[in-house]
Amino acid sequence: MAAETVDHSPLPLGRQIQHILVKLGFRPRTAVIFVPYFWLTLFFLVPFFFVLKISFAQTIIAQPPYTPLFGPDSVPTHELLDNFRRLFQDTIYFDAYLTSLQLAAISTVICLLIGYPMAYGIARCAPSTRSLLLMAIILPFWTSFLIRVYAWMGILNTNGVLNNFLLWLGVIDAPLNLLYTPLAMYIGVVYSYLPFMILPLYANLEKMDVSLLEAAADLGCRPIKAFFVITVPLSFPGIVAGSMLVFIPAVGEYVIPELLGGPNALMIGRVVWNEFAQNRDWPMASVVAIAVLALLVVPIMFFQYYQNKSQERAA
Amino acid sequence: MAAERAKADSQTETWNDPDAVPYIRIENVTKKFGDFVAVNNVSLDVYRGELFALLGGSGCGKTTLLRMLAGFEQPTTGKIYIDGVDMADIPPYERPTNMMFQSYALFPHMTVEQNVSFGLKQDRVPADEIKKRVGDILDMVQMRNFAHRKPHQLSGGQRQRVALARSLVKEPKLLLLDEPLGALDKKLREATQFEIMNIQDRLGITFMVVTHDQEEAMTLATRIGVMNHGQIVQVGTPKEIYEYPNTKFVADFIGSVNLFEGYIQEDEADHVLIASEEAGCPIYIDHGISAAPGAEVFVAIRPEKLELSKTSTGTGHNCTPGTVKGVAYMGNLSVYLVQLDSGKEVKISMSNQRRAAEHAIDWDDRVYVTWHANSPVALLS
Amino acid sequence: MSNRLSWFIILMLVVGFIFLYGPMVSVVIYSFNDNKLATLWGGFSTRWYPALLANDQMLRAAKHSLIIGVVSATFATTFGTIAGYVLARYRKFRGRTLFSGMVTAPLVMPEVITGLSLLLLFVAMKDLFGWPNRGLMTVILAHITFTLSYVTIVMQSRFTTLDISLEEAALDLGARPLKVFMVITLPIVAPAIISGWLLSFTISLDDLVITSYTNGPGSTTLPQVIFSAVRLGVNPSINALATIIIAVVAFGVVTSHILMTRAERRRQRDIQMALQSNK
Repeated sequence: MAAETVDHSPLPLGRQIQHILVKLGFRPRTAVIFVPYFWLTLFFLVPFFFVLKISFAQTIIAQPPYTPLFGPDSVPTHELLDNFRRLFQDTIYFDAYLTSLQLAAISTVICLLIGYPMAYGIARCAPSTRSLLLMAIILPFWTSFLIRVYAWMGILNTNGVLNNFLLWLGVIDAPLNLLYTPLAMYIGVVYSYLPFMILPLYANLEKMDVSLLEAAADLGCRPIKAFFVITVPLSFPGIVAGSMLVFIPAVGEYVIPELLGGPNALMIGRVVWNEFAQNRDWPMASVVAIAVLALLVVPIMFFQYYQNKSQERAA
Repeated sequence: MAAERAKADSQTETWNDPDAVPYIRIENVTKKFGDFVAVNNVSLDVYRGELFALLGGSGCGKTTLLRMLAGFEQPTTGKIYIDGVDMADIPPYERPTNMMFQSYALFPHMTVEQNVSFGLKQDRVPADEIKKRVGDILDMVQMRNFAHRKPHQLSGGQRQRVALARSLVKEPKLLLLDEPLGALDKKLREATQFEIMNIQDRLGITFMVVTHDQEEAMTLATRIGVMNHGQIVQVGTPKEIYEYPNTKFVADFIGSVNLFEGYIQEDEADHVLIASEEAGCPIYIDHGISAAPGAEVFVAIRPEKLELSKTSTGTGHNCTPGTVKGVAYMGNLSVYLVQLDSGKEVKISMSNQRRAAEHAIDWDDRVYVTWHANSPVALLS
Repeated sequence: MSNRLSWFIILMLVVGFIFLYGPMVSVVIYSFNDNKLATLWGGFSTRWYPALLANDQMLRAAKHSLIIGVVSATFATTFGTIAGYVLARYRKFRGRTLFSGMVTAPLVMPEVITGLSLLLLFVAMKDLFGWPNRGLMTVILAHITFTLSYVTIVMQSRFTTLDISLEEAALDLGARPLKVFMVITLPIVAPAIISGWLLSFTISLDDLVITSYTNGPGSTTLPQVIFSAVRLGVNPSINALATIIIAVVAFGVVTSHILMTRAERRRQRDIQMALQSNK
């Protein structure tokens, strides 16, 4: 057997370059992180600073339709906060806020009340039925949101499906005014966001160890009580995730109030759009957007905190 | 073939040969994860052709040490040499080591054949040579008939053998095995243990096995390194480790042991006498230890080295009275739990040579526990 | 566990599914309504379908939507896969909290805000560099940004459940990191990548609000056309379009469900056979 030879040849060039780069702090993973990081910073984070900047400007008839922040044409210092003052003086904004929050909160609770039993039922089904039902929950998610909201227009219309049905039953004599009412908005929000509530709840309930309930029963706990003292507390992360996924986007909802709510339904998402598109008041649109964001920062952080925690637990 | 064998035999105790050059040298290696010290200043030499086992409980640092050899972790301080080459800057894909993972880590989207040939393809070995070597190694682990199956179509034992073949096919200088038998059931483990020993013997590759199972380490290894809290506490052959543990921890971790607290009365070249209240009699050991008289020691005696009798030997030492508090019949042997008159409980195991012993000892019998003068080991820590 | 569900749960499931599917079914039925006043039944007819094909504006919008969807889904999947890998595998790096924040925030950020902020960015960029003009390009950039988050979440959870020792084994057998990623990691997570792509494609195809902010006049998308039509009320040709969309989606979802169930069943059978075969 030949004696072992030790390789003393110099490292290949590629490896040498790699070594130098590593010494300088450029590791391959830095490059990997860089791409999505850069993208999100440029297209998600930086834009908020533009929103902030323009919220201090004033509307002018020009392209773009606002004054610059610096330079001769910029807003005088004492007028910088005018837009924010308007936010509090003009009741239209405050009212829109309250309606939006109310709509989002009540819809979230309704989604939870409908979604929890459904998620629970699906999680406790036989595996084959379970995957079928799960597919049925996901399917609407893949179809167009717009189309699903639109579908309710046909149902809630004065001479729509529901009114015709109720007339035929003889429950009512004259058609009800359903479309373009707050009720229609609630239906629309609950309908559109229900899958977002069910999916996280299902994911959570499905993982739950059934033997916990058996242990509870064994220790003398009745099923209904076991449900409230074991199942519900354990599914709390699912409840939080589902509620946030419904509540946060619902606050800024634009399509549903526009299609189902009628012209008087003032929702904050709609106000932003109207300021932007109809009034061409971009600074005011920015101010309202910042205000919405300020309102949602806490729930968003809450959502992220739970999201991270569940990711960490999975790892 | 015979000459080969003889050579292998002459190599079996390389670690006692002062001129032998270690094949793997671990020098003062420490690994920290944040504040946690996973491996604490470990130095270890392993010689060519050894089957070395790192043995320890979970979290003792054995897997971290193995992963540093493979190159998945870098030592915080210290050096690792394999065949004289410093491994500091060498990434895993350029190391002369291969690893068999605890989970087997078979690529789920590749067949058995593709899995095994993966490593050779990375080295750009010519296709016909790959074919031959993969065929040979699959023959060796008796998996040739399964070459076109995917991992999920294999049983646990079959997967284990594919994983072994995949890590062997590149003929690494060092094969690392992470709990190789952990996922197998008891019967299969025993068969596989001997298979691994056979293969190691045939290929002459140096093996490093990590395990928490002392039985596995004892059967497989030429030498064992016992680890605790990131340190190697004892290195030795399975026999040395079992018969001459150097600490209470090792004595207790390997097999089962009775420990008596005491202090040294006499320490001569050919014997020691230890006074022990717990034992209830002086303990006489027929070899010296180097410790100051009066020093506190622990005397370790294995349960199978204790004997039970209904009469005293009358020597005044290595014989102590007690009462049987329990008998566990385990088939090949019976374990007796005896409470000595000092209050200390000891375990004694006796093999069941006859189907029904005539002088059977039973619950609540008064007995004498005795042992031979070369059975106890005195431990200073 | 004895698998009897209480009558309450079963009732909720039935009511819930009627609630979810009733409106869609009614749209499908009314798309075959001959009556121009779409809510009154005037006999069976398929006349709204050919009319759809003759609608140039709608076809052009559909083409725009498809281009935007394919391009943005492809980029979003690429970036999202990388981002998911980073979040799953690099436990610690500077700015990780900010990064994971930027990934999850768009999931819940109201679209009016994302849309407005992107528009303002594009306007400022146009001011500074003379690029980009509002149109397909800006919509694609916007869609990549907000669908990226969905892909990242999908991929992050896939990578966290992927046994890291598979990648280590490949490294150990001599493959370089990039090769390991291409030959081992990517093929194993391919199904997740495909569903990530489909997810971002559908979300892009469906988006109205962000598109409305960032789009220019020449590249109207399908949701924009639908929206401006249905604002005026129920419309028979939209019913027909909705039916086509529902049919396509239902076909895709059901087919993939059947295929996946079958593959899973085959896999389970293989595992069973392997266990029984021998030691």
